[in-house]
Formats: sequence, structure tokens, C-alpha cells
Amino acid sequence: VIVVASDLEPSREHPHVPGPSLWPVGFAVGVVVLLVGFVVSWAIVAIGVFITVFFAFLWLRDLTRNSELTQKPEKVKPEKRPPRASAPVPRAKREHQAGERYPRNVFLEASTLGLGAVIGGLVTLPVLGFTIGPAFLKQGVRHTDLGPIGDYPEGMYIVTTFTSSAEGDVSRRTAFIRNNGFLGNQPSFTVISNHCAHLGCPVQPNGEIKFKEVTKYQDVTKLPVNPSGFGCPCHGGQYDTEGNRTAGPPVRALDRYSFSIVNGHLMVGKPFSVSKVVGTGAGAKIYSTTLAFPGEWVTGPESWLYPIQPPH
Amino acid sequence: MASKKTRQERILYPLDWLEERSGMVGAIRYFLFRNVPGDINWFETLGSATLTAFIVQAVTGVILAMYYQPGPTTAYSSIQSITNDLWGGWLVRGMHKWGASVFIILMFLHMGRVFLFGAYKYPRELNWIIGVLLLASGLAEGFTGYLLPWDQTSYWATVVGINLNGTAPFLGPFIAQFLQGGTYINSTTISRFYSIHMLILPATIGGLIALHLYLVIRLGVTSPPWSKEAAGNGPLPQEPSTNGSGPAARPAEEPARG
Repeated sequence: VIVVASDLEPSREHPHVPGPSLWPVGFAVGVVVLLVGFVVSWAIVAIGVFITVFFAFLWLRDLTRNSELTQKPEKVKPEKRPPRASAPVPRAKREHQAGERYPRNVFLEASTLGLGAVIGGLVTLPVLGFTIGPAFLKQGVRHTDLGPIGDYPEGMYIVTTFTSSAEGDVSRRTAFIRNNGFLGNQPSFTVISNHCAHLGCPVQPNGEIKFKEVTKYQDVTKLPVNPSGFGCPCHGGQYDTEGNRTAGPPVRALDRYSFSIVNGHLMVGKPFSVSKVVGTGAGAKIYSTTLAFPGEWVTGPESWLYPIQPPH
Repeated sequence: MASKKTRQERILYPLDWLEERSGMVGAIRYFLFRNVPGDINWFETLGSATLTAFIVQAVTGVILAMYYQPGPTTAYSSIQSITNDLWGGWLVRGMHKWGASVFIILMFLHMGRVFLFGAYKYPRELNWIIGVLLLASGLAEGFTGYLLPWDQTSYWATVVGINLNGTAPFLGPFIAQFLQGGTYINSTTISRFYSIHMLILPATIGGLIALHLYLVIRLGVTSPPWSKEAAGNGPLPQEPSTNGSGPAARPAEEPARG
């Protein structure tokens, strides 16, 4: 289709502009009466609604009076052209002789394009794989030694920071660790991650951190605190001492770390997500799921939005 | 023949030489000296202003890349060194930092002008779509560039930004994991953001700007909505084609040269 320059923007040449009208003034007065009515009384609201609707009707009638929408479309006679004298010769017939079913130029064209696609794919696919792959493979978790369990007094939270991989400080994580005593003859710990379940900001304990009582074990730093809960500085999410959300935007409880005890030392391992915790301390029931990113529901209908988690 | 050339012809000979072999001079003249509506408005310079802001970002960014060292232990100290130790570094970094905001603001103002002037209508819809892609790429530049100083603000803003991406339905967790190159921000996150910020996105924006300008030249500039003329409808400037016809064929409107 050839577009002629003078065909462009026909609306500019014959704009449909409604004529001047006083009805909007009445409409505005009606809105004002309505708003005043909200403050004064419902009767005045009703009067305002009546004035607004009345003038809106008059205004709309004005607007649509000469509009194209209300006019019947003109009847146009269908254009008829004489049939062409001679039909154009189809391309395939023109380019090769009769009897040749698969002409050489078509074969060469297809093979050039095909070979180009194969070469392009051979180059592109490994590069794309390397771009995306490493982020989703080999997400192994190192078990980090957090020192002898004797360093963790029973019933007290310890703000513990540790490097979680060989990368150094960039992998520094913080966990709130509480020794719950024994469950049967098994030692019990609560190891809560400080990543807010809203958008991942660092959650702080609500209570005085005893900086003077800091202890160190290798590159692990431990600060005792006796918090009434945890709070996030970014958007105000609040959690109780078990990590359950109590207020604010978070969508679930705080994540936790799995732990093990090796030769009397506390080791933290893989983090996991928690929807809620019932009970406290050693007897608490933890509703856990695989690790999800902050802000993702792990239970309920909203969690259907995140059916597949990448390998963490 | 050659000896009869006037002085002006001899001075302009390099241009003629270039024009005869490439047609570049004609092409640039065609690009720069287009007809525009007579009642054009100052608001219609916002697009050029945005382009200028992008060029400033590109030039200052290339210079900053000579000194900036991406990496969790080097990034912050190299920024400190650019700002405090290197001569003029504070100025170039400041231009890049504040210019980023200028670029984003100008993009929005330009978009507002196009919207309010109705310049997105037929036949310019495709240019609006390209503009939206440019806006998205520009915002992505802002997001990836914000991490690079590697200070507390940039780190935690990026944590929040990545996790916002992570809450997108279905693909969100994969986007977040791809952006930070792992489950958490790690030592490759900053170099990955740097690569996206200075290679992938600028190339994308450059290509989109080329398409954007191509369509502006092809379709012409709209006049303001209050214009009496039907803008962009006039015939294109009638210059004789200079392609391959030698230095003798100059635009007809400039007889003074010969």
C-alpha cells in the first residue's frame, strides 16, 4: 500500500471540535455542592448529585449532537475495477524451466540460509548457556562453623555474623541464634536469617545489643541481645521472637538456616523459608518450605504465582 | 580544467572528494537540514536534549570506565579515588551521576510532550513503541548503575530492587537469581551489573535511538496541536540527488558556492 503524504492525519484537517457550551459550569457547581454535602448533610449530597447528573446529561447531549457517532454513515458505492488484462507470471514459473521440480537457485537459497542458521546457533547457544547457566547451577551451600555450642547461652539470642563462602566479606551473613536447651537428648537451636521476608533488607533485633560483650570465633562475630522481636528498618516489617510476622508488609515469617552439631560445634547450612511457627523454643512447630526469594508467598493462593523455584 | 578551480572550490575539495565516494555529505545534509513546520515549538527540542544527555552519559561513562574497578573489594575504593584523588574526577563522576537524573527526567518530559501534542498518532505509533523501549532501557541503566558505587545505599537499594523483580509471577525468582548471579548478592553481581550497564544497555539504547531518528526523519516532525497547518504533510525538500553524480552536482539552492 502506498501512503501519499497528503493522506496523513486526516483528523488534523477536519477536527471535530464541539461548540462552546455553558453546561460544564453547572456540572462543576454540582460537584462542588456534592463535596460540600459530604461535610454538611446527606440531603445536600443528594441535591449535588442531581445537579451534577442533570448538567452532565445536558453537556453530553450538546457534545454528541453533531458527532460522527450519532450520524448514519454515508452509503458508498462499492468500487469496481475492470479485471487486469493479463495475470502476472508466478515467480516460480518464471525462474526455471518447465519440468524442473526443484530449481537450483531455490536449493542454494535454502542451503545458504540453513547453513547460516546452523553456524549462528552453534555460536549463540553456548554463549547463551554460559550467560544464564552459572546462576542456576552449582548453588551448593558450605557448612560454616560458628564455634562451640557452649558460646550460646540458653534462652539468649546471639547476633552472629559469618562469611558463608570463600568469597570473603561479600558473602557475610547474619543469623539470630538462640540455644533452646535440649529437646529430649538432642540440643535445639533457633537459627533465624536476618533477611526480611518483605524485600530482603537486614532485620534488626528490637532490644539493646550488648556491643561490649562481643565475642569472636575465627571470622565469626557474636553479639548478645535479648530482643522483644525483630524489626526491619526499610519498610517497617515486624516479627516476634520466633520470626512470625506481626506487622507490616512481609508476606511470611523470617527464613531460617538448617544447622548441625559436629564435634560440639554449631554448623549452619542451607537456608529455608518458613510460613509460620507455632509455639516457642525447642517445642515449636516450624512450617517450612524450600527457600523462596523475599516477597514471595509460600502458602495460600498467592503462592501459586511461584510454582517453580530455581535451584538455590 | 583543474587549474581553473576557484579558491572556494579548492578549499571545499576534501568535502567533494568524500561526497563523490560515499554520498556522506549529502546524507548528513539531508539529516540535518530537514524542513520542519513553521510554527514549531521550543518543547520540540526535548528529544534533542534527551539525545544530548545520553551522549554526555556515554562519554563520561567511557572515561569513568578507565578508572573504575568493578569488584566487591575494589569498587568503593576506586570510586573514592576517582572522586578525591584524580584530577577532575569529581567533575566527570558528578556529570555522570547527575546527568543520569537529567537523562531520565528529559525522557519523561519528551514523552509528555509527544503525548500532549498527539504526536504518537498515525503514522508515528511505532516511534512511540520504540520510545517506550528506550525508556525501559534508560530505567534499567539507572537500576544497574546505582549498584556500582558499592556503598550501603546502593547495596541495599539493589537488594530491594532485585527482590522486587523476584516477586514477579512465575518467572520472578528466575529473574532475581539471574540478576544477582546466585541465591544472594555475591562477588559476580557487581561485574555482571557493570557489564549490563556499560555494554549491553548502551548498545541497545544506541540501536533504538538510530531507529527512533530514522522514523523521525522519515515521517517528519509534528506541529503543535494549535497549528493551522497540517504538519508534516508538505513535500520533502526538492534537492537534486548527489549520489554518484560527481562534485559538480551541488544542491540547487546554493549557487553562491560556484
